[in-house]
Amino acid sequence: MAIERFSKDHEWVRVEGDIATVGITDHAQGQLGDVVFVEVPEVGRKAAAGEAVAVVESVKAASDVFAPVSGEVVEANADLAANFALVNEDAEGKAWFFKIKLANAAELDKLMDRAAYDAFVKDNA
Amino acid sequence: MSAEPGQNEPLKRTPLYDLHVALGAKMVPFAGYEMPVQYPLGILKEHLHTRAGAGLFDVSHMGQAYVDGPDLATTARALEALVPADIAGLRPGQQRYSQLLNDEGGIIDDLMVTRPALAKDDGRLLVVVNAACKDGDIAHMRSRLPSAVTVRLADDRALLALQGPTAKDVMARLSDMAGGLAFMTAANGKIGDFDCHVSRSGYTGEDGFEISLAAAQATDLAKLLLAQPNVQPIGLGARDSLRLEAGLCLYGHDIDETTSPVEAGLTWSIQKRRRAEGGFPGCQRIRDELARGPGRKRVGIKPAGRAPAREGTEMQSTQGERIGIVTSGGFGPSVNGPVAMGYVQSANAAPGTSVNLMVRGKALAASVVPLPFFPHRYAR
Repeated sequence: MAIERFSKDHEWVRVEGDIATVGITDHAQGQLGDVVFVEVPEVGRKAAAGEAVAVVESVKAASDVFAPVSGEVVEANADLAANFALVNEDAEGKAWFFKIKLANAAELDKLMDRAAYDAFVKDNA
Repeated sequence: MSAEPGQNEPLKRTPLYDLHVALGAKMVPFAGYEMPVQYPLGILKEHLHTRAGAGLFDVSHMGQAYVDGPDLATTARALEALVPADIAGLRPGQQRYSQLLNDEGGIIDDLMVTRPALAKDDGRLLVVVNAACKDGDIAHMRSRLPSAVTVRLADDRALLALQGPTAKDVMARLSDMAGGLAFMTAANGKIGDFDCHVSRSGYTGEDGFEISLAAAQATDLAKLLLAQPNVQPIGLGARDSLRLEAGLCLYGHDIDETTSPVEAGLTWSIQKRRRAEGGFPGCQRIRDELARGPGRKRVGIKPAGRAPAREGTEMQSTQGERIGIVTSGGFGPSVNGPVAMGYVQSANAAPGTSVNLMVRGKALAASVVPLPFFPHRYAR
């Protein structure tokens, strides 16, 4: 079963083996509004946890998407690059941004589980 | 409108605040007010709705003011000492766009000036200025106008804008006068049972109306307008994307105290008599720029790809020299792609010129294009 974690920057991470799939949360897409542009990272890029590696833009503004964990980008979502509105339609499913090969699985412990993230969103509303 | 007041000052509310909240608006601080940035429809659909039907905007945060003098000639000449437009030549009910200029010809604010339609009001001019600038504008005008001419903010009045191709149908249903107004003219009359001052103008590039009325009646009029077919409330987010597609300047971004009306491409708003006679602040610089061309110009910028370029993005020539900066940029829903405008050196200002936009450290291809991005559809 996949491990699911969330960052304070509103990314979700789903881990299977040593591969983490990353996207932005449904809460985040709701805050952004209509997404009009997405830039995903290049495969092979090495990122440190907290580094801005992708971009999501709504009509209002541009926002960075951070790597919640360190590692090497092994895949970027081509469907998303072709259909930005996917972020609004299915943020925590089909609209994943990239997959990263974990450099340090212990970093996952610093992220929140679903219940903690929901509480975090509620506290910051 | 970027000049945000101090963070500690309490935010003001317009007379429509409770209605915005009841309609589900997302309220944000803007120019010292709590304003609706969007309603549940969302910016994209609000924008597209305004171009297809009619959108209702609350612009009560803007400054409505009366400039009063003993007679039209005195008031008009006094205001002409502050702005480069032909005010003395306004016909009854006619409205003009102009700019308050500093002594260097920079723009203190942009504004609409209207001569009242009725002869009994001669001697009065109505002005509408930007929300963030209104206190400064009033102080500036008071310090420069002769003692016989006074300025008073009409802060007991609300301002609504109804914009879009079906706005005129709404007016035809509710008013015996508004629908007959020509573009850039105004008159007093009724909409429903409400006494209003209505102008045929706006900030979207669409046909539309701006409606001034007593603050106490604003919510009831807004509800009446929203009850008409094909009318939706529209927030500041779509207001910004609509005006950007229409190539219209946003004060504090596309124009400010350093930019002249000539650099900003607003020379159409300086009528022939004023160019010949001068007599407005900064007239030396402005006449020089009119004669020789300005060193930089405001232009439209169309990114070649899908990535928007936001305000502050550096523009470079294809050889890599810095040639200008983006002053407004984002996504244009009707254009269905990114749009921007900004200032470039005049040598690079011709439509078709290739430029690079420096976005997140990468050079994105773009070209200089004529404004507007979306054709104006005013009722001429």
